[in-house]
Amino acid sequence: MAKKSVWSDNRFWQRSAAWITGFASILLIWLTFDTIPQITMGNDADLQSGVTKRVPGPTVINYKITYEMDKKRGHEIPVIGEKEKFFGRDDWSEEEAAALLHLGKLGSQAKNCMNCHTLLGNGAYYAPDLTKSWLDPAWQANGSMQAMTGKSTKEEAMAEFLQHPSQYPTHARMMPNLGITAEEAKGLVAFLKHMSSIDTNGFPRNFGKIQGAVNGK
Amino acid sequence: MANSYLTSESKKLATWYFTFAAIIFGAQLLFGLVAAVQYVVPGFLFEILDFSVARTLHINALVVWMVFAMFGSVYWLLPDETGIETVGVGLGKLLFWIFAAAIVVVVLVYLFIQVGPADETTIWFIMEGREYIEAPRWADIGIVVVALGFVANLFMTGIQGNRSGIVTVLMADMIAFAGLYLAGVFFTDNISIDQFWWWWVIHLWVEATWEVFVGSIAAYGLITMIGAHRKVVEMWLWIEVTMLFGSGILGLGHHYFWIGTPEYWWEIGALFSALEPLPLVAMFIHVLYDWGRMQGEESAKGQEESVITNKPAFTWFVLNAFGNFLGAGIWGFFHTLPQVNLYTHGTQFTSAHGHLAFFGAYATILIGMMYIGVQGKNGIKVMNNTTSTIWATSMIVGGVVGMTVALTVAGYVQVLVSRAQMGATWAGYFDGQSGMWFAQGMDWRLAMGVVTFLGFLFLVKDLLSIGKATHHKR
Repeated sequence: MAKKSVWSDNRFWQRSAAWITGFASILLIWLTFDTIPQITMGNDADLQSGVTKRVPGPTVINYKITYEMDKKRGHEIPVIGEKEKFFGRDDWSEEEAAALLHLGKLGSQAKNCMNCHTLLGNGAYYAPDLTKSWLDPAWQANGSMQAMTGKSTKEEAMAEFLQHPSQYPTHARMMPNLGITAEEAKGLVAFLKHMSSIDTNGFPRNFGKIQGAVNGK
Repeated sequence: MANSYLTSESKKLATWYFTFAAIIFGAQLLFGLVAAVQYVVPGFLFEILDFSVARTLHINALVVWMVFAMFGSVYWLLPDETGIETVGVGLGKLLFWIFAAAIVVVVLVYLFIQVGPADETTIWFIMEGREYIEAPRWADIGIVVVALGFVANLFMTGIQGNRSGIVTVLMADMIAFAGLYLAGVFFTDNISIDQFWWWWVIHLWVEATWEVFVGSIAAYGLITMIGAHRKVVEMWLWIEVTMLFGSGILGLGHHYFWIGTPEYWWEIGALFSALEPLPLVAMFIHVLYDWGRMQGEESAKGQEESVITNKPAFTWFVLNAFGNFLGAGIWGFFHTLPQVNLYTHGTQFTSAHGHLAFFGAYATILIGMMYIGVQGKNGIKVMNNTTSTIWATSMIVGGVVGMTVALTVAGYVQVLVSRAQMGATWAGYFDGQSGMWFAQGMDWRLAMGVVTFLGFLFLVKDLLSIGKATHHKR
């Protein structure tokens, strides 16, 4: 008679479960220790010396951000360029910019943005993705959204819209008024600008590159 | 409650949990319907009960009713598995009321206060604005206390009574389940760090610990409902745990493709999440194999009767085996590879997967547990289907599958138009939304949502009345 096989032994499978779960958990923890420093926010010194961070510091709001194809990586990445005025200033200090971003991030949660919009692609699908909304053609100088608000800069147009979203006839599916104050709107725009500078490995693809490709619009 | 055959306090407590879960399940469907109507008629309840509010309630009610039904399931099976009354059942009852009261307060605040100013008070008292775990901080602390009390009861009972394989798995699983919630209880200005830890809660719940929970419940169901052999069932359970945690823990990587995290998560996430359907296949085979085997043993003895002692519950357990594989496995695998996910991430594809997976993997088996509760409470030996059982089951399953297909079609339009052609801009988004197939997809989703809700009404009627039917074997 052959010996009872280990493959039909409960103890063997119990031990396998414990070992494999333990091994996977340790690997995940190890990878977490590698990932967290890589996605920790950079600082102003990095920006001034041109050190690329996956998540730049809050003072990134002082700079122009574009989303460009990186030949080596094979997808688009945010590129931080020259200085650019944000609400009339390009000298937001580290503390000021951090406070603004803090207000904006708190605002994004307090107003429950994520249950209509997606942020970094996560959230609800009732409204456009906000990952690169700062770079959206609709908000640029000739864009429909900026024109609609009657403001002359992107940040002012976005802030105006956020304060009175249901006044503007954007689409049948409108954004409701969420009681966003002028200061909160400023913070939210800073939060959106900062988010657009995060290196998201090329998500979303072809953002804002193809205009007029559908129905000759 | 009157006329109860239950002698175990733990089982009585379980029926409380099941009852509250069923009520919240109804709320989930109602707010889902509101959100579905808003896709079709955008002005519906505008600035009264906006989509964000309806959707928050829809997904929070989903999580809450499932957690309640999960706690109830554990309180139900503990006396059977351990052979003793649950230790600390009085504490369990107290925690039930605390938990239920907290949920009611959170829901009322969501409904009537909705949003707050951009400061810490909103995070503490109104909402945290993080999908699925929106509950304000005070409620987070309450949830942790309740979960710890529940885990303590499970551990004390498991240690004092007979610690079966099923109880051992549940002990390990439930402490991880409760502990992981802590990864979601903090605030950071860095959205990448925020979402990194947020996924620890969401993914490691629904694609790891909850799945293992389902494996344990399925094992319990097979033993109690068709008399499957414990040694075989528990061996399968350990194999499932091995495969579920082996693939699911690192499968977390498929949420780290686009949130700022390094590129190596592409490979890790793709590989391990592609393996995630395998244990679901195993679970499917396991349930059907054991059923065939037990029925075959009966047939060999010349018996023509079914081995199933609870027809409605077993139907839901089989639907779980199939729905888990289809909804979590197939619909998940569809868009888990980074090359595909680049275009499908954050579209109705995700929504289609979400609907079929939560239903197939969790709602099914938890409804099954509710029927087991009804059987026990009414002292029924063999419980048969009623007409309502059949209406409820077919309408709920048909409705959810219909919604999934409709959302998949809508997602397809969104991927092609909004993403591939238009590059995900504001204009691209709305071009996709106005596509004919998208719009019709949303119409069908609403229609199928109504079917699901009607099925739910039959389910409630059945759960309340099936115990009194006379065609059962008592």
